[in-house]
Amino acid sequence: MTIQITMPGEKLIQGNEACVMGAIASGCNFYGGYPITPSSEIAEHMVRRMPKVGGVSIQMEDEISALASIIGASLAGSKAMTATSGPGFSLMQEHIGFAAMAEVPCVIVNVMRGGPSTGMPTSPSQGDVMQARWGTHGDHPAIVLAPASVGEVFDLTVKAFNLAERFRTPVILLYDEIIGHTRESVSLPESVTVIDRVTPDDALEEFWPKEADPDGVPAMSPFGDGRRFHVTGLAHDHRGFPTNDTAVAEALINRLHRKIDAHLDEVIEVEEYLLDDADVAIFAYGIVGRSAKLAVERARLNGIKAGLIRPLTLWPFPTAQVAEVARKVDTIVVAEMNLGQLVGEVERAAKGQAEVVSHLRTGGEPVTPTALEEVLAKIDGGNA
Amino acid sequence: MTDVKIDIQPDMTTEVTATERADVRSYLRQWAMPHVLCPGCAHGIVLRSFLEAVDQLQLDQDKIAMVAGIGCSSRLAGYVDFCTLHGTHGRAPAFATGLKLARPDLNVVVVTGDGDGLAIGGNHLIHAARRNIDMTVLLLNNSIYGMTGGQAAPTTPEGAIASTAPQGHIEPGFDACKLLMGAGASYVARVFAANPIEMTKVMMDGLSHPGFAFIELVSDCPEYFGRYNKIGGGPEMLNWIAVRDEGIAGPLSEKRFVEHIPVKPPAIGVKSGVLQREIRPVYAGVRAAEGQHT
Ligand code: SF4
Repeated sequence: MTIQITMPGEKLIQGNEACVMGAIASGCNFYGGYPITPSSEIAEHMVRRMPKVGGVSIQMEDEISALASIIGASLAGSKAMTATSGPGFSLMQEHIGFAAMAEVPCVIVNVMRGGPSTGMPTSPSQGDVMQARWGTHGDHPAIVLAPASVGEVFDLTVKAFNLAERFRTPVILLYDEIIGHTRESVSLPESVTVIDRVTPDDALEEFWPKEADPDGVPAMSPFGDGRRFHVTGLAHDHRGFPTNDTAVAEALINRLHRKIDAHLDEVIEVEEYLLDDADVAIFAYGIVGRSAKLAVERARLNGIKAGLIRPLTLWPFPTAQVAEVARKVDTIVVAEMNLGQLVGEVERAAKGQAEVVSHLRTGGEPVTPTALEEVLAKIDGGNA
Repeated sequence: MTDVKIDIQPDMTTEVTATERADVRSYLRQWAMPHVLCPGCAHGIVLRSFLEAVDQLQLDQDKIAMVAGIGCSSRLAGYVDFCTLHGTHGRAPAFATGLKLARPDLNVVVVTGDGDGLAIGGNHLIHAARRNIDMTVLLLNNSIYGMTGGQAAPTTPEGAIASTAPQGHIEPGFDACKLLMGAGASYVARVFAANPIEMTKVMMDGLSHPGFAFIELVSDCPEYFGRYNKIGGGPEMLNWIAVRDEGIAGPLSEKRFVEHIPVKPPAIGVKSGVLQREIRPVYAGVRAAEGQHT
């Protein structure tokens, strides 16, 4: 489905505001949140805008209940979102797992700030990348998107809703404080393509809530529409009913992964820049991806054959794309605002085909273009 | 609560006799049987009373959403043929809040226990009460953690034996109804599982209340509480809780389904009946008034 957005065109907006606009363009009609810096603007915009689109907004008592409320709303047929930052994201882990297991579409925004613990509320960080993948217990799938600009926040919020609906799964939008608070001029599209969850077409009495189609995604009926069914976070069978049958549980958990892994082309998005003849590539995401792009351009002016691979999808990890880059270049520089979270994934994908080095910052300082330019110059000098 | 007036009590005059009791099997997922509850557990009596209330009120089966947490009482949601959500430990009121705001036409019922609702989920419960979200909360209080094997709960009486209180519990327990009255619940009632007909009547009353209705069902756990405290099995436990029932304006009914079996009476009695009732605006979330959005 394609829907028109009102007021398209050039706008000067903040990253967090772009997130709200992307959500509304996607059909979001329920917001449940809890205030936390640096994400609070999302709640503040939502409470003003939800009533205008016929939606509902509520400020819950904590982040645990914020995510619970949107899961409840999603089961009732709403498109629902919550937003938070580090400490709140920690509290949400319980229900990220529930949404994955019960297959409830929802979007969770984590505007990353410095950690651990309350850390640095107004400073940027990329410290939650592994938490976004592995924070909740048990084997579970994860889709995590990382925009690098205000415009991309809009685009990836739309994509987050679409993937959540398409695969009946929670989707995490991960960006840092800088992107959340930066104001940039963005041109909003005239229209966006919106995907809605598949609803069952079989007769009421033949409906089982967890009977998956060949794609691995079960059709979803909203509560109150005549199909009466059970939803649980316990391992369950196709009827949605708890089971201790290990074979049934194994098949369920495998299906939760397969439904996404079999459609990586719909999920994974990567920007590749000047890689064709590159000797060295920077792997960077989010705001660091922008520093890296500038560093690559400056290095090129100095005759260094540098390129950039910037994943917009962090999880599932773009293993094939990174492996391809590793075949082309001698060195991959992994730049992150943490003490090394995706570098291990890059090494795993590169399989020794390229040397992998990392450039890391923590404590709230961003990775600057100048710093990366120096890294590229040093690598080039060492190879010369 | 010393000066609660009798006029907040539901109409208890309608006689319901055992032979007239409704056939509630159409509200059960027969395919999901047998259930997980232990023999003699009073949770089944509570469930039957609830289904009778649904039947008496002629509620639309398709429009009932039952939301539960984790524990023996919360497992009831799996066996009733409504839309049912078996969520996470203690969070049922939060799931139910989102559900109700998104679909105000649904009749939302939360089923929780004393550990689920008062320990890990206490925060969600008091905030749902404060907001006056239109839902009915059934809190089955058996004074112990049953599903995990008989550990002490926030309602375990001082001195009672639990697997994590082998010498007798050293903490004071919560009075769930006082807690909810303090949180501003617009309807608060307590009924004892020994009195199934009263349970049905109070549940009918609570389900009809516009706003947040909290009903504490004093239930039991013969498997752990009864065994550890040497009270006995199902009938003995039912009687043990029945003798704690002080009523509020005299006994709610003369009917008792349990024959008197002598047991050591518990130290404290508790009031039952409707303890608080007020009509105040029902919370609907931040949304446009009807017809205002374009
Ligand atoms: S453990 Fe206790 S509360 Fe749970 S089903 Fe058995 S008797 Fe009932």
